Amino acid sequence: MATAFSPTKLTATVPLHGSQENRLLLPIRLAPPSSFLGSTRSLSIISSPRLIHANAARRSPVVGVQEVVKEKKATNSLLITKEEGLELYEDMILGRSFEDMCAQMYYRGKMFGFVHLYNGQEAVSTGFIKLLTKTDSVVSTYRDHVHALSKGVSARAVMSELFGKVTGCCRGQGGSMHMFSKEHNMLGGFAFIGEGIPVATGAAFTSKYKREVLKQNCQDVTVAFFGDGTCNNGQFYECLNMAALYKLPIIFVVENNLWAIGMSHLRATSDPEIWKKGPAFGMPGVHVDGMDVLKVREVAKEAVTRARRGDGPTLVECETYRFRGHSLADPDELRDAAEKAKYAARDPITALKKYLIENKLANEADLKSIEKKIDELVEEAVEFADASPQPGRSQLLENVFADPKGFGIGPDGRYRCEDPKFTEGTAQV
Amino acid sequence: MAALLGRLCRKLVFPGTTHGAKRLSTSACESDTVKSLNLYSAINQALHIALETDPRSYVFGEDVGFGGVFRCTTGLAERFGKNRVFNTPLCEQGIVGFGIGLAAMGNRAIVEIQFADYIYPAFDQIVNEAAKFRYRSGNQFNCGGLTIRAPYGAVGHGGHYHSQSPEAFFCHVPGIKVVIPRSPREAKGLLLSCIRDPNPVVFFEPKWLYRQAVEEVPEHDYMIPLSEAEVIKEGNDITLVGWGAQLTIMEQACLDAEKEGISCELIDLKTLLPWDKETVEASVKKTGRLLISHEAPVTGGFGAEISATILERCFLKLEAPVSRVCGLDTPFPLVFEPFYMPTKNKILDAIKSTVNY
Repeated sequence: MATAFSPTKLTATVPLHGSQENRLLLPIRLAPPSSFLGSTRSLSIISSPRLIHANAARRSPVVGVQEVVKEKKATNSLLITKEEGLELYEDMILGRSFEDMCAQMYYRGKMFGFVHLYNGQEAVSTGFIKLLTKTDSVVSTYRDHVHALSKGVSARAVMSELFGKVTGCCRGQGGSMHMFSKEHNMLGGFAFIGEGIPVATGAAFTSKYKREVLKQNCQDVTVAFFGDGTCNNGQFYECLNMAALYKLPIIFVVENNLWAIGMSHLRATSDPEIWKKGPAFGMPGVHVDGMDVLKVREVAKEAVTRARRGDGPTLVECETYRFRGHSLADPDELRDAAEKAKYAARDPITALKKYLIENKLANEADLKSIEKKIDELVEEAVEFADASPQPGRSQLLENVFADPKGFGIGPDGRYRCEDPKFTEGTAQV
Repeated sequence: MAALLGRLCRKLVFPGTTHGAKRLSTSACESDTVKSLNLYSAINQALHIALETDPRSYVFGEDVGFGGVFRCTTGLAERFGKNRVFNTPLCEQGIVGFGIGLAAMGNRAIVEIQFADYIYPAFDQIVNEAAKFRYRSGNQFNCGGLTIRAPYGAVGHGGHYHSQSPEAFFCHVPGIKVVIPRSPREAKGLLLSCIRDPNPVVFFEPKWLYRQAVEEVPEHDYMIPLSEAEVIKEGNDITLVGWGAQLTIMEQACLDAEKEGISCELIDLKTLLPWDKETVEASVKKTGRLLISHEAPVTGGFGAEISATILERCFLKLEAPVSRVCGLDTPFPLVFEPFYMPTKNKILDAIKSTVNY
């Protein structure tokens, strides 16, 4: 399909299964939406000729990217090397096993609260984050476990955080929806949709400032992940405008899994093709098959290269799907079984496995050993989390302000909540 | 969800229904049919009645079409049609602003904000538009038909963004009303009053009680008056004021205090803005002591307003300082929730220290 990168067709797509048929051209028809409210269009991925012309006339510098992609196509037919393939596979398996283990632990009562699992969307996380360096920043949503894992936060730290233990990445303060890591520049999960996008925009500005004003050699980019529901929120548009205006090194990645809890994307959005909103603000908008990690990776490479070069932001819409419900408390009754089955058949992990084996990049034994290694890693993470201590009571009043004396430490130098007078008599907890 | 709540729930004793205290304001006549309902079903009934009685009332918000994440809007879309009960995109500011517009044109907009924690983007619309519409248009327009419903309060495992109690922010805005029910029967009557009140109302529903609280609720259409507090339990030694889910905790503390010979008077404020100062004042003049309890952080919480007003009115009658047993001044914690909350024991300690001042 024609993306906003180039007016010609099919430059950013490589069929994963080696067939001629290009998945991106298949229109996706979902249940006809109500005619009173919501979009009357179905989600067919054929862009309008008007838009292509409009893009060609735009001033945004997309020419360089086209050349990059053409060159890629000419030289090699395989998109990844063996090492890269195994790395991608391992990352996706880690994401999947971890989330499955979360579900188990939740139903056993070890984990509590609102937990949102990422099953099915691993290709987006792996495709983007595995191209980033340690100093690049990632901003996520409440569905953030796998983003944190891909960015390099250890499975132990994430699992402990989920269990609410002091060894968690946020010392047990945040829980499932708030995964932060200063070391890995994971700027958080955000429980509130769209809240992270302005934060990511600010982080991107920092990189640009460091490079252009402070003259430091800073090539860091920021990747902001969010869902289709967020694309109807004001914060999203405000940030698209600012990012394009200031030409920030940021990539806006929409994980369009077609559902916002129980609301279908088509019924909530006047124009369901989110990638089109990029050009409206003066940045390229790209649509990619988010169930195919290699395609995502190709698009991610273009976008990251663009940002690192200083050419500004990109909006990438990844068409993906979550195999489980919105959260572990969601019975997931609203989605059509046929729709679920269709996407289950496009499982990104199965697809990558097939690609690796068919192109002789790896054999079954290699992949099995990776799976085994990850299983052990996740088991070990659970044991570690189980064995870790709960946070001490003093942590309740810590970090409200910068100065621990703000609320935490009383005149006698001890944490107020440790002072027996704080909870007198029968008010022990 | 119910299983999780069950795991972490505190034992619920319902004021007014289990220990037979006299209810000073009744809301139904004896011959009407009543049904045992939980909070979300009572609210659901209220919404059904509201939509039935006024053809220009609408219910909208995130995910209300299938019944809402708390099932408060079940059956509405099927019965009244998708033209009147519809899902909105995820934009609180847009949703409330849109509701204000509908209300300004004479419709009744019943807006659902999925969690009170998400109401802040809409805060601007509520404070700057809804509250001031009648005032600044010189009574040419008003958005009295607007009712905003939001589940608020701790739920045991909600963490930072699913447990907040933002009522204090809204109580500082002249022009809107803030109402919080304590039980299913109250919720139905109060919600119908709010919907029919000619002023914009923010209606906070204690989410912890959605399934946990069960009460006999009359099936017919009835309204409970706003700005009237109710004395749920009479006593002589100390007045306790609260609202919403916190009342059940306070009631338990009162029962424990009674065992130690302290007679407590428990008042449900129901409407926080404008609040019934006369009832609380009369009670404090009788008992001479006041204790206020709410889940929101203590500094700047609504308890401060009650304390200051009662001090002005009853200074010479007070035997002890007004006590506030509230949440701590931190963001709502995840793991530390039991430690943060104003528990029964904290209230009991405060009752004793106030009485023995």
